[in-house]
Amino acid sequence: MSVNLQSAPAAVRDSAPARREGPRKARGRSRVGALFVSPYVLFLVVVFAVPLVYTVWISFHRFYFTAPGTDVDSPWVGLSNYKDVFTDPVVGRAFLNIVIFLVINVPLTVGVSLVLATALNAKIRGRAFFRAAFYLPYVTASVALVAVWQFLFGSDGFVNHLLGSHAPDPSWLVNSHLAMPMIAVFVTWKQLGFFVMLYLASLQNVGKELYEASAMDGAGRVRQFFSVTVPGVRPATTLVVIYAIITGANLFSEPYLLTGGGGPDHASTSPVLLMYQKGIEQGHPDFAAALGVVLVAFVMVVSLAARKLTERGN
Amino acid sequence: MSDTPENRHRGGSAVRYILLSLGAVAFLFPFYYMVVGSLRGTTVGDLSAAVPSGLTGANYTAVNGAISLGRSLLNSGIMTIGVLVCTLVFGVLAGYALAQLRFRGKAAVFAALLLVQMIPFQLLTLPLYVLVVRDYGLGDNYLGMILPFAINSTAVFLFRQFFSQLPQSLFEAARIDGASELRILWQIALPMARPAVLTALLLTFIGPWNEFLWPFLVTKNADMQPLAVSLASFLSNLQGTVANPAGALLAGACVLAVPAVALFLLFQRHFTSTDIDSGVKG
Repeated sequence: MSVNLQSAPAAVRDSAPARREGPRKARGRSRVGALFVSPYVLFLVVVFAVPLVYTVWISFHRFYFTAPGTDVDSPWVGLSNYKDVFTDPVVGRAFLNIVIFLVINVPLTVGVSLVLATALNAKIRGRAFFRAAFYLPYVTASVALVAVWQFLFGSDGFVNHLLGSHAPDPSWLVNSHLAMPMIAVFVTWKQLGFFVMLYLASLQNVGKELYEASAMDGAGRVRQFFSVTVPGVRPATTLVVIYAIITGANLFSEPYLLTGGGGPDHASTSPVLLMYQKGIEQGHPDFAAALGVVLVAFVMVVSLAARKLTERGN
Repeated sequence: MSDTPENRHRGGSAVRYILLSLGAVAFLFPFYYMVVGSLRGTTVGDLSAAVPSGLTGANYTAVNGAISLGRSLLNSGIMTIGVLVCTLVFGVLAGYALAQLRFRGKAAVFAALLLVQMIPFQLLTLPLYVLVVRDYGLGDNYLGMILPFAINSTAVFLFRQFFSQLPQSLFEAARIDGASELRILWQIALPMARPAVLTALLLTFIGPWNEFLWPFLVTKNADMQPLAVSLASFLSNLQGTVANPAGALLAGACVLAVPAVALFLLFQRHFTSTDIDSGVKG
Protein backbone atom coordinates (compact mmCIF):
# COMPACT_ATOMS: atom_id res chain seq x y z
CA MET A 1 0.00 0.00 0.00
CA SER A 2 1.66 3.20 -1.05
CA VAL A 3 0.16 6.53 -0.15
CA ASN A 4 1.39 9.59 -1.98
CA LEU A 5 1.86 12.24 0.66
CA GLN A 6 2.56 15.01 -1.82
CA SER A 7 -0.85 14.82 -3.42
CA ALA A 8 -2.63 14.92 -0.05
CA PRO A 9 -4.36 18.24 0.69
CA ALA A 10 -2.65 20.44 3.26
CA ALA A 11 -5.25 19.94 5.95
CA VAL A 12 -4.97 16.19 5.69
CA ARG A 13 -1.16 16.34 5.81
CA ASP A 14 -1.23 18.51 8.93
CA SER A 15 -3.29 16.03 10.85
CA ALA A 16 -0.70 13.33 10.25
CA PRO A 17 2.31 14.24 12.40
CA ALA A 18 3.40 10.62 12.63
CA ARG A 19 6.58 11.20 10.66
CA ARG A 20 7.82 14.30 12.42
CA GLU A 21 8.91 13.31 15.88
CA GLY A 22 8.45 10.36 18.20
CA PRO A 23 6.78 11.82 21.34
CA ARG A 24 4.27 13.89 19.39
CA LYS A 25 3.07 10.84 17.51
CA ALA A 26 0.83 9.51 20.25
CA ARG A 27 -0.51 12.92 21.17
CA GLY A 28 -1.34 13.85 17.61
CA ARG A 29 -3.14 10.60 17.05
CA SER A 30 -5.10 11.02 20.27
CA ARG A 31 -6.35 14.36 19.00
CA VAL A 32 -7.53 12.73 15.80
CA GLY A 33 -9.39 10.04 17.72
CA ALA A 34 -11.20 12.57 19.88
CA LEU A 35 -11.99 14.61 16.78
CA PHE A 36 -13.43 11.60 14.95
CA VAL A 37 -15.64 10.64 17.86
CA SER A 38 -16.78 14.17 18.73
CA PRO A 39 -19.87 14.37 16.46
CA TYR A 40 -21.13 11.14 18.01
CA VAL A 41 -20.47 12.41 21.53
CA LEU A 42 -22.30 15.63 20.70
CA PHE A 43 -25.21 13.54 19.41
CA LEU A 44 -25.30 11.48 22.62
CA VAL A 45 -25.34 14.64 24.71
CA VAL A 46 -28.06 16.39 22.69
CA VAL A 47 -30.33 13.40 22.12
CA PHE A 48 -29.80 11.35 25.30
CA ALA A 49 -28.08 13.14 28.18
CA VAL A 50 -29.84 16.53 27.98
CA PRO A 51 -33.38 15.11 27.52
CA LEU A 52 -32.76 12.61 30.32
CA VAL A 53 -31.72 15.34 32.76
CA TYR A 54 -34.51 17.58 31.45
CA THR A 55 -37.16 14.90 32.15
CA VAL A 56 -36.01 14.64 35.75
CA TRP A 57 -36.04 18.45 36.07
CA ILE A 58 -39.55 18.77 34.58
CA SER A 59 -40.84 15.99 36.85
CA PHE A 60 -40.10 18.14 39.94
CA HIS A 61 -41.72 21.31 38.57
CA ARG A 62 -45.14 22.54 37.51
CA PHE A 63 -44.46 22.71 33.78
CA TYR A 64 -46.52 24.17 30.93
CA PHE A 65 -46.05 24.07 27.19
CA THR A 66 -45.28 27.54 25.91
CA ALA A 67 -44.83 29.05 22.49
CA PRO A 68 -41.16 29.51 21.51
CA GLY A 69 -39.76 32.67 23.11
CA THR A 70 -42.35 33.15 25.84
CA ASP A 71 -41.22 32.85 29.43
CA VAL A 72 -43.54 31.18 31.90
CA ASP A 73 -42.57 30.30 35.46
CA SER A 74 -42.09 26.63 36.25
CA PRO A 75 -42.32 26.54 40.05
CA TRP A 76 -40.71 23.72 42.03
CA VAL A 77 -43.39 21.34 43.29
CA GLY A 78 -41.32 18.59 44.88
CA LEU A 79 -42.86 15.14 44.66
CA SER A 80 -46.33 16.38 43.75
CA ASN A 81 -46.15 15.04 40.17
CA TYR A 82 -44.95 11.69 41.46
CA LYS A 83 -47.85 11.61 43.92
CA ASP A 84 -50.25 12.18 41.02
CA VAL A 85 -48.60 9.38 39.05
CA PHE A 86 -48.79 6.88 41.90
CA THR A 87 -52.41 7.66 42.76
CA ASP A 88 -53.66 7.45 39.15
CA PRO A 89 -55.33 4.05 38.64
CA VAL A 90 -54.69 4.21 34.88
CA VAL A 91 -50.93 4.29 35.56
CA GLY A 92 -51.23 1.09 37.58
CA ARG A 93 -53.21 -0.47 34.74
CA ALA A 94 -50.55 0.58 32.21
CA PHE A 95 -47.77 -1.06 34.23
CA LEU A 96 -49.90 -4.17 34.75
CA ASN A 97 -50.30 -4.24 30.97
CA ILE A 98 -46.50 -4.36 30.51
CA VAL A 99 -46.40 -7.28 32.94
CA ILE A 100 -49.12 -9.06 30.91
CA PHE A 101 -47.12 -8.27 27.79
CA LEU A 102 -43.93 -9.81 29.25
CA VAL A 103 -45.69 -12.88 30.64
CA ILE A 104 -46.99 -13.70 27.14
CA ASN A 105 -44.18 -12.33 24.98
CA VAL A 106 -41.12 -13.82 26.71
CA PRO A 107 -42.08 -17.53 26.89
CA LEU A 108 -43.65 -17.39 23.42
CA THR A 109 -40.60 -15.71 21.89
CA VAL A 110 -38.09 -18.00 23.60
CA GLY A 111 -40.07 -21.15 22.84
CA VAL A 112 -41.06 -20.55 19.23
CA SER A 113 -37.86 -18.87 18.07
CA LEU A 114 -35.65 -21.53 19.68
CA VAL A 115 -37.66 -24.35 18.08
CA LEU A 116 -37.58 -22.64 14.67
CA ALA A 117 -33.86 -21.87 14.97
CA THR A 118 -33.11 -25.48 15.93
CA ALA A 119 -35.12 -26.70 12.94
CA LEU A 120 -33.29 -24.23 10.70
CA ASN A 121 -29.85 -25.18 12.04
CA ALA A 122 -28.97 -27.80 9.43
CA LYS A 123 -28.04 -27.98 5.78
CA ILE A 124 -31.55 -28.20 4.42
CA ARG A 125 -33.24 -27.28 1.20
CA GLY A 126 -34.91 -23.85 1.19
CA ARG A 127 -32.97 -22.55 4.20
CA ALA A 128 -32.61 -19.09 2.67
CA PHE A 129 -36.33 -18.98 1.90
CA PHE A 130 -37.33 -19.84 5.47
CA ARG A 131 -34.88 -17.34 6.92
CA ALA A 132 -36.24 -14.58 4.70
CA ALA A 133 -39.84 -15.54 5.51
CA PHE A 134 -39.24 -15.37 9.26
CA TYR A 135 -37.42 -12.06 8.98
CA LEU A 136 -39.99 -10.31 6.82
CA PRO A 137 -42.29 -8.95 9.59
CA TYR A 138 -39.24 -7.64 11.45
CA VAL A 139 -38.22 -5.36 8.58
CA THR A 140 -41.77 -4.19 7.88
CA ALA A 141 -43.29 -1.09 9.47
CA SER A 142 -45.60 -1.63 12.44
CA VAL A 143 -48.14 0.72 10.89
CA ALA A 144 -48.41 -1.44 7.75
CA LEU A 145 -48.70 -4.67 9.74
CA VAL A 146 -51.24 -3.16 12.14
CA ALA A 147 -53.43 -2.41 9.12
CA VAL A 148 -53.37 -6.09 8.13
CA TRP A 149 -53.96 -7.36 11.66
CA GLN A 150 -56.95 -5.07 12.13
CA PHE A 151 -58.33 -6.60 9.01
CA LEU A 152 -57.51 -10.17 10.06
CA PHE A 153 -58.78 -9.84 13.65
CA GLY A 154 -61.59 -7.27 13.23
CA SER A 155 -65.14 -8.21 14.28
CA ASP A 156 -65.96 -9.08 10.67
CA GLY A 157 -62.44 -10.22 9.90
CA PHE A 158 -60.84 -13.31 8.41
CA VAL A 159 -60.12 -15.07 11.71
CA ASN A 160 -63.67 -14.67 12.99
CA HIS A 161 -65.05 -15.99 9.71
CA LEU A 162 -62.75 -18.96 10.13
CA LEU A 163 -63.87 -19.56 13.72
CA GLY A 164 -67.58 -19.03 13.02
CA SER A 165 -69.54 -19.33 16.28
CA HIS A 166 -66.32 -19.88 18.27
CA ALA A 167 -65.25 -16.29 17.65
CA PRO A 168 -64.83 -14.28 20.86
CA ASP A 169 -67.47 -11.70 21.70
CA PRO A 170 -66.64 -8.81 21.89
CA SER A 171 -64.08 -9.41 19.17
CA TRP A 172 -60.29 -9.69 19.68
CA LEU A 173 -59.16 -6.09 19.51
CA VAL A 174 -62.08 -4.53 21.40
CA ASN A 175 -62.31 -7.17 24.12
CA SER A 176 -60.97 -5.97 27.47
CA HIS A 177 -59.51 -9.43 28.26
CA LEU A 178 -58.01 -10.00 24.84
CA ALA A 179 -56.73 -6.53 23.80
CA MET A 180 -53.42 -6.72 25.67
CA PRO A 181 -52.73 -10.40 24.85
CA MET A 182 -53.39 -9.52 21.17
CA ILE A 183 -50.74 -6.81 21.36
CA ALA A 184 -48.29 -9.23 22.98
CA VAL A 185 -48.94 -11.80 20.24
CA PHE A 186 -48.66 -9.18 17.49
CA VAL A 187 -45.29 -7.93 18.79
CA THR A 188 -44.03 -11.50 19.29
CA TRP A 189 -44.95 -12.32 15.69
CA LYS A 190 -43.37 -9.15 14.36
CA GLN A 191 -40.05 -9.51 16.22
CA LEU A 192 -39.70 -13.29 16.11
CA GLY A 193 -37.45 -13.36 13.01
CA PHE A 194 -34.82 -11.29 14.78
CA PHE A 195 -34.67 -13.77 17.65
CA VAL A 196 -34.64 -16.77 15.31
CA MET A 197 -31.48 -15.26 13.78
CA LEU A 198 -30.05 -14.56 17.21
CA TYR A 199 -30.58 -18.15 18.33
CA LEU A 200 -29.30 -19.44 15.01
CA ALA A 201 -26.02 -17.59 15.57
CA SER A 202 -25.93 -18.72 19.18
CA LEU A 203 -26.42 -22.37 18.17
CA GLN A 204 -23.10 -22.23 16.29
CA ASN A 205 -21.41 -21.91 19.67
CA VAL A 206 -22.97 -25.07 21.08
CA GLY A 207 -20.37 -27.81 20.67
CA LYS A 208 -21.24 -30.66 18.28
CA GLU A 209 -19.51 -33.08 20.61
CA LEU A 210 -22.17 -32.39 23.24
CA TYR A 211 -24.84 -33.63 20.83
CA GLU A 212 -22.74 -36.64 19.90
CA ALA A 213 -22.05 -37.51 23.52
CA SER A 214 -25.70 -37.21 24.50
CA ALA A 215 -26.76 -39.29 21.47
CA MET A 216 -24.29 -41.93 22.59
CA ASP A 217 -25.95 -41.89 26.00
CA GLY A 218 -29.23 -42.61 24.24
CA ALA A 219 -30.83 -39.17 24.42
CA GLY A 220 -33.57 -38.55 21.83
CA ARG A 221 -34.01 -35.32 19.92
CA VAL A 222 -36.44 -33.88 22.46
CA ARG A 223 -34.16 -34.78 25.36
CA GLN A 224 -31.19 -33.24 23.48
CA PHE A 225 -33.15 -30.07 22.88
CA PHE A 226 -33.81 -29.60 26.59
CA SER A 227 -30.50 -30.77 28.04
CA VAL A 228 -28.03 -29.55 25.39
CA THR A 229 -29.62 -26.82 23.24
CA VAL A 230 -31.52 -24.87 25.89
CA PRO A 231 -28.59 -24.47 28.32
CA GLY A 232 -26.20 -23.89 25.40
CA VAL A 233 -28.00 -20.77 24.19
CA ARG A 234 -28.61 -19.24 27.61
CA PRO A 235 -26.73 -15.97 26.86
CA ALA A 236 -29.04 -15.42 23.87
CA THR A 237 -32.06 -16.10 26.08
CA THR A 238 -30.90 -13.40 28.49
CA LEU A 239 -30.79 -11.01 25.53
CA VAL A 240 -34.32 -11.99 24.45
CA VAL A 241 -35.60 -11.17 27.91
CA ILE A 242 -33.80 -7.80 28.06
CA TYR A 243 -35.07 -6.91 24.57
CA ALA A 244 -38.60 -7.90 25.55
CA ILE A 245 -38.47 -5.60 28.58
CA ILE A 246 -37.21 -2.69 26.47
CA THR A 247 -39.88 -3.38 23.83
CA GLY A 248 -42.56 -3.52 26.52
CA ALA A 249 -41.36 -0.22 27.95
CA ASN A 250 -41.43 1.34 24.46
CA LEU A 251 -44.88 0.13 23.36
CA PHE A 252 -46.79 2.90 21.66
CA SER A 253 -47.88 2.32 18.05
CA GLU A 254 -49.50 -1.03 18.77
CA PRO A 255 -51.85 0.06 21.58
CA TYR A 256 -52.44 3.39 19.84
CA LEU A 257 -53.30 1.97 16.44
CA LEU A 258 -54.11 -1.72 16.84
CA THR A 259 -56.51 -1.34 19.76
CA GLY A 260 -57.78 2.17 19.01
CA GLY A 261 -55.95 4.33 21.58
CA GLY A 262 -55.52 1.84 24.43
CA GLY A 263 -58.44 -0.56 24.22
CA PRO A 264 -61.67 -0.60 26.24
CA ASP A 265 -61.17 0.84 29.77
CA HIS A 266 -57.42 1.24 29.22
CA ALA A 267 -57.15 -2.54 28.86
CA SER A 268 -54.16 -2.13 26.55
CA THR A 269 -52.84 1.29 27.56
CA SER A 270 -49.05 1.36 27.78
CA PRO A 271 -46.98 3.80 29.88
CA VAL A 272 -45.61 5.54 26.76
CA LEU A 273 -49.12 5.87 25.30
CA LEU A 274 -50.20 7.35 28.61
CA MET A 275 -47.24 9.75 28.52
CA TYR A 276 -48.43 10.89 25.10
CA GLN A 277 -52.06 11.24 26.16
CA LYS A 278 -51.36 13.01 29.46
CA GLY A 279 -48.36 15.02 28.32
CA ILE A 280 -49.26 16.17 24.85
CA GLU A 281 -52.99 15.62 24.30
CA GLN A 282 -54.05 16.85 27.75
CA GLY A 283 -51.16 19.28 28.34
CA HIS A 284 -49.61 17.86 31.53
CA PRO A 285 -45.96 17.35 30.52
CA ASP A 286 -44.89 17.39 34.19
CA PHE A 287 -47.08 14.37 34.95
CA ALA A 288 -45.73 12.65 31.84
CA ALA A 289 -42.13 13.38 32.85
CA ALA A 290 -42.64 11.90 36.33
CA LEU A 291 -44.26 8.86 34.69
CA GLY A 292 -41.20 8.58 32.43
CA VAL A 293 -38.83 8.56 35.41
CA VAL A 294 -40.93 5.88 37.10
CA LEU A 295 -40.83 3.88 33.85
CA VAL A 296 -37.02 3.98 33.73
CA ALA A 297 -36.83 2.80 37.34
CA PHE A 298 -39.28 0.01 36.49
CA VAL A 299 -37.20 -1.06 33.46
CA MET A 300 -34.02 -1.15 35.52
CA VAL A 301 -35.52 -3.20 38.35
CA VAL A 302 -37.20 -5.68 36.01
CA SER A 303 -34.07 -6.01 33.83
CA LEU A 304 -31.87 -6.70 36.84
CA ALA A 305 -34.32 -9.26 38.20
CA ALA A 306 -34.60 -10.92 34.79
CA ARG A 307 -30.84 -11.03 34.42
CA LYS A 308 -30.45 -12.71 37.80
CA LEU A 309 -33.13 -15.22 36.86
CA THR A 310 -31.89 -16.16 33.38
CA GLU A 311 -28.22 -16.24 34.30
CA ARG A 312 -28.83 -18.40 37.33
CA GLY A 313 -26.73 -21.56 37.18
CA ASN A 314 -24.09 -20.03 34.95
CA MET B 1 -40.53 -48.21 15.10
CA SER B 2 -36.92 -49.24 14.63
CA ASP B 3 -34.43 -46.74 15.91
CA THR B 4 -31.70 -46.97 13.29
CA PRO B 5 -29.77 -43.75 12.67
CA GLU B 6 -31.16 -43.40 9.12
CA ASN B 7 -34.73 -43.70 10.30
CA ARG B 8 -34.20 -41.19 13.03
CA HIS B 9 -32.59 -38.87 10.57
CA ARG B 10 -35.48 -39.13 8.14
CA GLY B 11 -38.06 -38.67 10.89
CA GLY B 12 -36.20 -35.65 12.25
CA SER B 13 -35.98 -34.04 8.86
CA ALA B 14 -39.73 -34.44 8.25
CA VAL B 15 -40.49 -32.83 11.61
CA ARG B 16 -38.04 -30.08 10.69
CA TYR B 17 -39.84 -29.32 7.45
CA ILE B 18 -43.28 -29.40 9.04
CA LEU B 19 -42.19 -26.96 11.74
CA LEU B 20 -40.47 -24.61 9.30
CA SER B 21 -43.39 -24.69 6.86
CA LEU B 22 -45.92 -23.95 9.59
CA GLY B 23 -43.73 -21.04 10.64
CA ALA B 24 -43.40 -19.76 7.09
CA VAL B 25 -47.19 -19.84 6.58
CA ALA B 26 -47.75 -17.92 9.83
CA PHE B 27 -45.23 -15.30 8.77
CA LEU B 28 -46.15 -14.97 5.12
CA PHE B 29 -49.94 -15.26 5.16
CA PRO B 30 -50.57 -11.70 6.45
CA PHE B 31 -48.34 -10.37 3.67
CA TYR B 32 -50.19 -12.39 1.08
CA TYR B 33 -53.51 -11.19 2.50
CA MET B 34 -52.26 -7.59 2.43
CA VAL B 35 -51.34 -7.79 -1.26
CA VAL B 36 -54.49 -9.63 -2.36
CA GLY B 37 -56.74 -7.39 -0.24
CA SER B 38 -55.15 -4.27 -1.71
CA LEU B 39 -55.98 -5.42 -5.24
CA ARG B 40 -59.64 -6.43 -4.82
CA GLY B 41 -62.49 -4.20 -5.86
CA THR B 42 -64.44 -4.79 -2.66
CA THR B 43 -62.32 -5.85 0.27
CA VAL B 44 -64.26 -7.53 3.04
CA GLY B 45 -62.96 -9.68 5.87
CA ASP B 46 -64.56 -12.98 4.86
CA LEU B 47 -62.69 -16.03 3.65
CA SER B 48 -63.17 -15.16 -0.02
CA ALA B 49 -60.85 -12.16 0.48
CA ALA B 50 -57.89 -14.55 0.40
CA VAL B 51 -58.71 -15.52 -3.17
CA PRO B 52 -57.42 -13.12 -5.83
CA SER B 53 -60.33 -12.27 -8.14
CA GLY B 54 -61.59 -9.13 -9.83
CA LEU B 55 -58.23 -7.44 -9.32
CA THR B 56 -57.99 -3.67 -9.70
CA GLY B 57 -55.61 -0.82 -8.93
CA ALA B 58 -58.47 1.39 -7.71
CA ASN B 59 -57.45 1.12 -4.04
CA TYR B 60 -54.05 2.59 -4.81
CA THR B 61 -55.68 5.51 -6.59
CA ALA B 62 -58.06 5.98 -3.66
CA VAL B 63 -55.40 6.02 -0.96
CA ASN B 64 -53.28 8.29 -3.13
CA GLY B 65 -56.22 10.70 -3.32
CA ALA B 66 -56.67 10.70 0.46
CA ILE B 67 -53.07 11.05 1.66
CA SER B 68 -50.89 11.93 -1.34
CA LEU B 69 -48.59 8.91 -1.48
CA GLY B 70 -45.88 10.63 -3.52
CA ARG B 71 -45.40 13.46 -1.07
CA SER B 72 -45.42 11.08 1.94
CA LEU B 73 -42.92 8.77 0.26
CA LEU B 74 -40.69 11.75 -0.48
CA ASN B 75 -40.83 12.79 3.20
CA SER B 76 -40.04 9.22 4.33
CA GLY B 77 -37.18 9.16 1.85
CA ILE B 78 -35.67 12.47 2.98
CA MET B 79 -35.88 11.48 6.63
CA THR B 80 -34.35 8.05 5.96
CA ILE B 81 -31.57 9.31 3.68
CA GLY B 82 -30.68 12.05 6.19
CA VAL B 83 -30.31 9.42 8.91
CA LEU B 84 -28.31 7.10 6.65
CA VAL B 85 -25.89 9.84 5.57
CA CYS B 86 -25.27 11.02 9.15
CA THR B 87 -24.86 7.46 10.42
CA LEU B 88 -22.48 6.59 7.60
CA VAL B 89 -20.29 9.69 7.91
CA PHE B 90 -20.20 10.25 11.67
CA GLY B 91 -20.80 6.62 12.64
CA VAL B 92 -17.88 5.32 10.57
CA LEU B 93 -15.60 8.02 12.04
CA ALA B 94 -16.65 7.13 15.58
CA GLY B 95 -16.48 3.38 14.96
CA TYR B 96 -12.98 3.69 13.48
CA ALA B 97 -11.76 5.86 16.36
CA LEU B 98 -13.19 3.45 18.93
CA ALA B 99 -11.57 0.49 17.21
CA GLN B 100 -8.18 1.74 16.06
CA LEU B 101 -7.22 5.00 17.77
CA ARG B 102 -6.22 5.89 21.30
CA PHE B 103 -7.68 8.98 22.88
CA ARG B 104 -8.75 10.27 26.23
CA GLY B 105 -12.28 9.26 27.27
CA LYS B 106 -12.45 6.37 24.83
CA ALA B 107 -13.63 3.90 27.48
CA ALA B 108 -16.31 6.35 28.61
CA VAL B 109 -17.62 6.83 25.06
CA PHE B 110 -17.77 3.08 24.54
CA ALA B 111 -19.61 2.62 27.84
CA ALA B 112 -22.09 5.33 26.81
CA LEU B 113 -22.59 3.59 23.47
CA LEU B 114 -23.56 0.36 25.22
CA LEU B 115 -25.72 2.12 27.79
CA VAL B 116 -27.68 4.12 25.23
CA GLN B 117 -28.92 0.92 23.63
CA MET B 118 -30.54 -0.01 26.93
CA ILE B 119 -32.50 3.21 27.43
CA PRO B 120 -36.09 2.98 26.21
CA PHE B 121 -35.93 5.62 23.51
CA GLN B 122 -39.64 6.47 23.56
CA LEU B 123 -39.11 7.68 27.09
CA LEU B 124 -37.02 10.54 25.78
CA THR B 125 -39.63 11.58 23.25
CA LEU B 126 -41.41 13.94 25.64
CA PRO B 127 -38.39 16.07 26.68
CA LEU B 128 -37.07 15.83 23.10
CA TYR B 129 -40.43 17.07 21.89
CA VAL B 130 -40.25 20.00 24.29
CA LEU B 131 -36.69 20.82 23.20
CA VAL B 132 -36.97 20.23 19.45
CA VAL B 133 -40.49 21.50 18.75
CA ARG B 134 -41.07 24.10 21.48
CA ASP B 135 -37.58 25.47 22.15
CA TYR B 136 -35.82 25.11 18.80
CA GLY B 137 -38.94 25.56 16.68
CA LEU B 138 -38.11 22.54 14.52
CA GLY B 139 -41.68 21.21 14.22
CA ASP B 140 -42.65 20.30 10.65
CA ASN B 141 -38.99 20.44 9.72
CA TYR B 142 -36.78 17.68 8.24
CA LEU B 143 -33.95 18.52 10.64
CA GLY B 144 -36.29 18.00 13.59
CA MET B 145 -37.47 14.68 12.13
CA ILE B 146 -33.92 13.41 11.60
CA LEU B 147 -32.22 14.66 14.79
CA PRO B 148 -33.12 11.91 17.31
CA PHE B 149 -32.01 9.16 14.89
CA ALA B 150 -29.12 11.02 13.26
CA ILE B 151 -26.41 8.59 14.40
CA ASN B 152 -27.51 5.02 14.95
CA SER B 153 -25.62 3.60 17.95
CA THR B 154 -26.09 -0.01 16.84
CA ALA B 155 -24.43 0.90 13.54
CA VAL B 156 -21.54 2.60 15.36
CA PHE B 157 -21.13 -0.58 17.36
CA LEU B 158 -21.14 -2.72 14.21
CA PHE B 159 -18.52 -0.46 12.57
CA ARG B 160 -16.36 -0.62 15.67
CA GLN B 161 -16.59 -4.41 15.81
CA PHE B 162 -15.63 -4.70 12.18
CA PHE B 163 -12.74 -2.24 12.28
CA SER B 164 -11.35 -4.02 15.36
CA GLN B 165 -11.06 -7.23 13.37
CA LEU B 166 -8.81 -5.68 10.73
CA PRO B 167 -5.10 -6.38 11.38
CA GLN B 168 -3.24 -3.55 13.11
CA SER B 169 -0.15 -4.09 10.96
CA LEU B 170 -2.07 -2.86 7.93
CA PHE B 171 -2.68 0.50 9.55
CA GLU B 172 0.79 0.77 11.04
CA ALA B 173 2.32 0.41 7.60
CA ALA B 174 0.20 3.21 6.23
CA ARG B 175 0.97 5.43 9.21
CA ILE B 176 4.70 4.91 8.71
CA ASP B 177 4.16 5.96 5.10
CA GLY B 178 2.75 9.16 6.55
CA ALA B 179 -0.91 8.70 5.63
CA SER B 180 -3.39 10.64 7.73
CA GLU B 181 -6.00 8.75 9.74
CA LEU B 182 -8.74 10.10 7.51
CA ARG B 183 -6.93 8.78 4.46
CA ILE B 184 -6.31 5.38 6.10
CA LEU B 185 -9.96 5.18 7.01
CA TRP B 186 -11.15 6.17 3.55
CA GLN B 187 -8.69 4.21 1.43
CA ILE B 188 -7.89 1.14 3.50
CA ALA B 189 -10.41 0.47 6.25
CA LEU B 190 -13.65 1.44 4.54
CA PRO B 191 -13.22 -0.61 1.35
CA MET B 192 -12.49 -3.68 3.50
CA ALA B 193 -15.50 -3.02 5.70
CA ARG B 194 -18.02 -3.07 2.85
CA PRO B 195 -20.06 -6.02 4.24
CA ALA B 196 -20.29 -4.37 7.67
CA VAL B 197 -21.30 -1.07 6.08
CA LEU B 198 -24.02 -2.81 4.10
CA THR B 199 -25.39 -4.60 7.17
CA ALA B 200 -25.30 -1.43 9.23
CA LEU B 201 -27.08 0.55 6.51
CA LEU B 202 -29.80 -2.09 6.21
CA LEU B 203 -30.29 -2.12 9.97
CA THR B 204 -30.31 1.68 10.06
CA PHE B 205 -32.73 1.98 7.14
CA ILE B 206 -35.45 0.02 8.92
CA GLY B 207 -35.58 2.45 11.85
CA PRO B 208 -36.45 5.83 10.30
CA TRP B 209 -38.45 4.30 7.43
CA ASN B 210 -40.73 2.46 9.85
CA GLU B 211 -40.67 4.97 12.74
CA PHE B 212 -44.05 6.26 13.81
CA LEU B 213 -44.13 8.03 17.19
CA TRP B 214 -41.45 10.67 16.63
CA PRO B 215 -42.52 11.96 13.21
CA PHE B 216 -46.13 11.73 14.42
CA LEU B 217 -45.26 14.20 17.21
CA VAL B 218 -43.08 16.47 15.10
CA THR B 219 -45.20 16.80 11.97
CA LYS B 220 -48.61 18.42 12.16
CA ASN B 221 -48.63 19.56 8.54
CA ALA B 222 -49.83 16.72 6.27
CA ASP B 223 -47.36 17.83 3.57
CA MET B 224 -44.46 17.06 5.90
CA GLN B 225 -45.63 13.69 7.20
CA PRO B 226 -43.77 10.52 6.26
CA LEU B 227 -45.85 7.64 4.96
CA ALA B 228 -46.10 5.77 8.29
CA VAL B 229 -47.71 8.86 9.86
CA SER B 230 -50.04 9.61 6.92
CA LEU B 231 -51.13 6.00 6.82
CA ALA B 232 -51.82 5.99 10.57
CA SER B 233 -53.97 9.09 10.23
CA PHE B 234 -55.79 7.43 7.34
CA LEU B 235 -56.30 4.39 9.59
CA SER B 236 -57.75 6.44 12.43
CA ASN B 237 -59.75 9.23 10.73
CA LEU B 238 -59.85 9.24 6.97
CA GLN B 239 -61.22 5.81 6.15
CA GLY B 240 -64.72 7.15 5.59
CA THR B 241 -63.56 9.27 2.66
CA VAL B 242 -63.03 6.37 0.25
CA ALA B 243 -65.34 3.77 -1.25
CA ASN B 244 -63.36 0.70 -0.19
CA PRO B 245 -61.58 1.74 3.03
CA ALA B 246 -60.06 -1.64 3.91
CA GLY B 247 -58.67 -2.05 0.41
CA ALA B 248 -57.25 1.47 0.37
CA LEU B 249 -55.65 0.93 3.78
CA LEU B 250 -54.04 -2.31 2.64
CA ALA B 251 -52.84 -0.57 -0.54
CA GLY B 252 -51.15 2.09 1.60
CA ALA B 253 -49.67 -0.64 3.81
CA CYS B 254 -48.21 -2.31 0.70
CA VAL B 255 -46.58 0.93 -0.43
CA LEU B 256 -45.06 1.41 3.04
CA ALA B 257 -43.89 -2.21 3.28
CA VAL B 258 -42.47 -2.72 -0.21
CA PRO B 259 -39.28 -0.56 -0.06
CA ALA B 260 -38.01 -2.10 3.19
CA VAL B 261 -38.93 -5.63 2.13
CA ALA B 262 -37.38 -5.17 -1.34
CA LEU B 263 -34.12 -3.84 0.09
CA PHE B 264 -33.98 -6.67 2.58
CA LEU B 265 -34.59 -9.32 -0.09
CA LEU B 266 -32.01 -7.71 -2.40
CA PHE B 267 -29.29 -7.60 0.21
CA GLN B 268 -30.23 -10.51 2.44
CA ARG B 269 -27.21 -12.52 1.20
CA HIS B 270 -25.03 -9.98 3.01
CA PHE B 271 -27.33 -9.81 5.97
CA THR B 272 -26.19 -12.84 7.90
CA SER B 273 -27.04 -14.07 11.35
CA THR B 274 -23.43 -13.65 12.47
CA ASP B 275 -23.66 -9.92 11.81
CA ILE B 276 -26.70 -9.67 14.02
CA ASP B 277 -24.97 -11.74 16.66
CA SER B 278 -21.91 -9.49 16.72
CA GLY B 279 -24.24 -6.50 16.60
CA VAL B 280 -25.88 -7.40 19.86
CA LYS B 281 -23.24 -8.95 22.00
CA GLY B 282 -19.76 -8.21 20.69
